[in-house]
Amino acid sequence: MQKSLNKYISDIKKINPDRPINIMEVCGTHTMAISRNGLRQLFPENINLISGPGCPVCVTSLKDIDWILEIVKNYDMQIFTFGDMLRVPGSKNSLQDLKSSGKKINVCYSPMDALNFAISNPKKLTLFIAIGFETTAPLTAVILKRAKENNLNNFFVFSTHKVVPPALEILLEDRKVKIDGFLCPGHVSAIIGSTPYNFIPEKYEIPCVISGFEPMDMVSSVHSILKQITDKKPEVEIQYKRVVKKNGNPEAIKQIYSVFEPSNADWRGLGKIPGSGLCLKESYQKFDSKTKFPVKSIKPKEHPGCDCGKILKGIKKPNQCKLFAKACTPEYPIGPCMVSSEGSCAAYYKYERHGKD
Amino acid sequence: MCLAIPAKIIEITKNTAKVESLGVSKDVDISLLPEAKVGDFVIVHAGFAIQVIDEEEALKTHEYWKEYLDAEKPK
Ligand code: SF4
Repeated sequence: MQKSLNKYISDIKKINPDRPINIMEVCGTHTMAISRNGLRQLFPENINLISGPGCPVCVTSLKDIDWILEIVKNYDMQIFTFGDMLRVPGSKNSLQDLKSSGKKINVCYSPMDALNFAISNPKKLTLFIAIGFETTAPLTAVILKRAKENNLNNFFVFSTHKVVPPALEILLEDRKVKIDGFLCPGHVSAIIGSTPYNFIPEKYEIPCVISGFEPMDMVSSVHSILKQITDKKPEVEIQYKRVVKKNGNPEAIKQIYSVFEPSNADWRGLGKIPGSGLCLKESYQKFDSKTKFPVKSIKPKEHPGCDCGKILKGIKKPNQCKLFAKACTPEYPIGPCMVSSEGSCAAYYKYERHGKD
Repeated sequence: MCLAIPAKIIEITKNTAKVESLGVSKDVDISLLPEAKVGDFVIVHAGFAIQVIDEEEALKTHEYWKEYLDAEKPK
């Protein structure tokens, strides 16, 4: 393994163009893999690996976080959520704070846990906080279908689900950060396949490689991006062939769009992106916590020093935030990028705090 | 959150499959993979199998996978 890794690195040095190359990864698991395996240090200095909006918890807008917190605060419900959400700071508090003050907040491994609870406890209102990209949205779709089949009246979902490709387009249009290639997410692509990224090489002439998560996968994907750059043949390439097929998982896509429809969504750092959200279709409205549990107006107040928004766009690196590792640590996180196990700030804090930029 | 784990399908009952991953077995939902069958390796995400792993590709690209698949073979 080490041998083939070294071979890739020496090939990279051979074809390396003589200019700065910014390669953006758009998947929190890639972000973690890069930091954990020290990949940044393996590549020549001009190759700059930057994180994009790939961590679902991090890109959730403060307004949505505050909205969730308001619902939890004002209604008596059993809440089910993934562990990463618990400590994400809202404007005033976090789910963890509400849990400490007695709210019933359960960390679940699978959305199915929330559904099963609702089925076994028909008198208890149950809310699943649905977060994630295309990898997770079909799971929520399946449980909503089951909720409907079971005629549940006590089960609700707060959808913050988002789809990835429109966010990439916004980044490319924004041009604040020059992107020379995308490492596309492995498991999002396991669902959507490779075709939704075609506009990137076609319209913007930028290489895309859908990568797996082992160090070898990622090094060979970076190699492919550089090769596409030097050959001037940008395209969408699947490196993670053992899992990603061109058409993705058609059944999962079908499930998503039988329950959800595209909507505008607010992204932290990127703002409102048309068609990038997934909201419940008319026929699933009775499960929508946003309409079933109204709250007073929400006035989100961002922490003035937190640079998460810029980090999610690749404009800044975590160690360029003034609060990084000082006021903001995993123990006392100020922004979501320090909370989530997939956040860039958390990755830098854990593995690259003392290294070079 | 997207950390998906590979596992082998041992048994299928309707929408649920018993899978095994490096000696640990558990139930996962397979409604997103209508064509999955016993013996397939799948990627599991939050209790759901989301894609079948192409064994040939896996073996071609990775020593890691060779080790993994060898470890999963009945001894
Ligand atoms: S270090 Fe903390 S405050 Fe700074 S950007 Fe990251 S999460 Fe925000």
